[in-house]
Amino acid sequence: MCGDPTDRRSFLRQVAGAAAGGVAAGLLPSCVGERLRDLPRDEARRRLARLEAETRARFGREVTLSAQEAQPGVVFGYALDLSRCIGCRRCVYACVEENNQSREPQIHWIKVLAMDKRRGIDLVHADAYYNPPAVPEDGRFYVPVQCQQCDNAPCTKVCPVRATWQEPDGIVVVDYDWCIGCRYCMAACPYGARHFNWSEPGLRAAELNPALHYLGNRPRPMGVVEKCTFCIQRTRQGRYPACVEACPVGARKFGNLLDPGSEVRYVIEHKRVLILKEELNTMPKFFYFYGT
Amino acid sequence: MRLLAVLALVSCSTAGETPPWHSPEGPADPDPTLAAMPPATERTEVPPPPFSEGIFPCSQCHSRAPANTKRRELTFHREIVLAHDEGHRWCLDCHDPDDRDKLRLASGERVAFEESFRLCGQCHGDKYRDWRAGVHGRRSGEWSGHKTYLLCAHCHNPHRPGFHPGFRGEGPPGREPVIPMPPPVRPGRR
Repeated sequence: MCGDPTDRRSFLRQVAGAAAGGVAAGLLPSCVGERLRDLPRDEARRRLARLEAETRARFGREVTLSAQEAQPGVVFGYALDLSRCIGCRRCVYACVEENNQSREPQIHWIKVLAMDKRRGIDLVHADAYYNPPAVPEDGRFYVPVQCQQCDNAPCTKVCPVRATWQEPDGIVVVDYDWCIGCRYCMAACPYGARHFNWSEPGLRAAELNPALHYLGNRPRPMGVVEKCTFCIQRTRQGRYPACVEACPVGARKFGNLLDPGSEVRYVIEHKRVLILKEELNTMPKFFYFYGT
Repeated sequence: MRLLAVLALVSCSTAGETPPWHSPEGPADPDPTLAAMPPATERTEVPPPPFSEGIFPCSQCHSRAPANTKRRELTFHREIVLAHDEGHRWCLDCHDPDDRDKLRLASGERVAFEESFRLCGQCHGDKYRDWRAGVHGRRSGEWSGHKTYLLCAHCHNPHRPGFHPGFRGEGPPGREPVIPMPPPVRPGRR
């Protein structure tokens, strides 16, 4: 029963069956495991190496699994130009490819909402399923929504096992090996930005992006929640997220909020900026702006 | 000013340390904010201008005939529709009459096609500022380091810059109507 620490989920299931309800977390034996971030460095390295080998064997391809930490002095911010977005959904599929989302059943971390220009930003009447022969459509504008990387994130507060938290660079992440799949975080998120793996993710070896991050795009098991991580595997290496590079009209901007010379800071200081559901005090680090 | 520090541009063709908006042989930079820029610390790439195939250098044809500034029906370049403040301008207001491989600023200064943003920036100063800041237009590369910029003409047809809904593939690539990628699957329908 106390073999592989990643078998925690099935272990818990057995414990839940055996024990009558209130098993306090402190009473569980230590072999249940830890979050990667709680492990001593050498042990974390061993677990990473083991996970890497498992992924390599499962997909039959060379992969690299990193757990690169946040750069000091960096808090990531995102800006999206509503006056430019044409609703082409290139970002959606670039994200799927970069972050190894399940193809079948389908998981999209970015949802592009079409809205009526007459109504303005109105989430109630938004249409995510628009499919005209060409975009942009007359009289409509488009609001892509993904994780807003809230500074005051409701999703991390409700997690009963602390499997999701905010990193020092502001990215809200999930430890997929620690998530118990209760989906409280999905209920807490006001932006619909978290997604659940209802069944085993459908990801073929040929589709796998082999540059993996432990807290980001590594293949997920069934029964865990996943979300946008600002492409943690790219941005911690200094690169732009995949959606930024995929956008054909250059509507997506990304950078360090603490650097006064960054593109996001320029946007915040020079443009009309808004955040979604400001009244909830979630303090998103994802800003929408009008570039014209 | 710090803002501008990270925007130093190095053309991929010259690969030097001078940002391309500083003309090497030209007079003092007309834009004081540019002249005051600190030296380039981060490298930025600009792909070559989007010429139609076989059209450049322009001097291969234009060196033969004297410059004709008259507004007229063109016999060559018939595909060019001028819809860009055409009431006030004609070809040689932007193309240099004496060196056809160059463009011409209002000051008379010649600029290379690689620096065409300086020509555009004469009128579109607000967009020029945003572009230099990395906010107007598409960027790829690194948020903190080496970036690839695009020239204005990579997205906008300089002769007919307006984006019209329903336009059909005229002008440079990227102007074709955009077909959206498939919508998400509705929940419950598999």
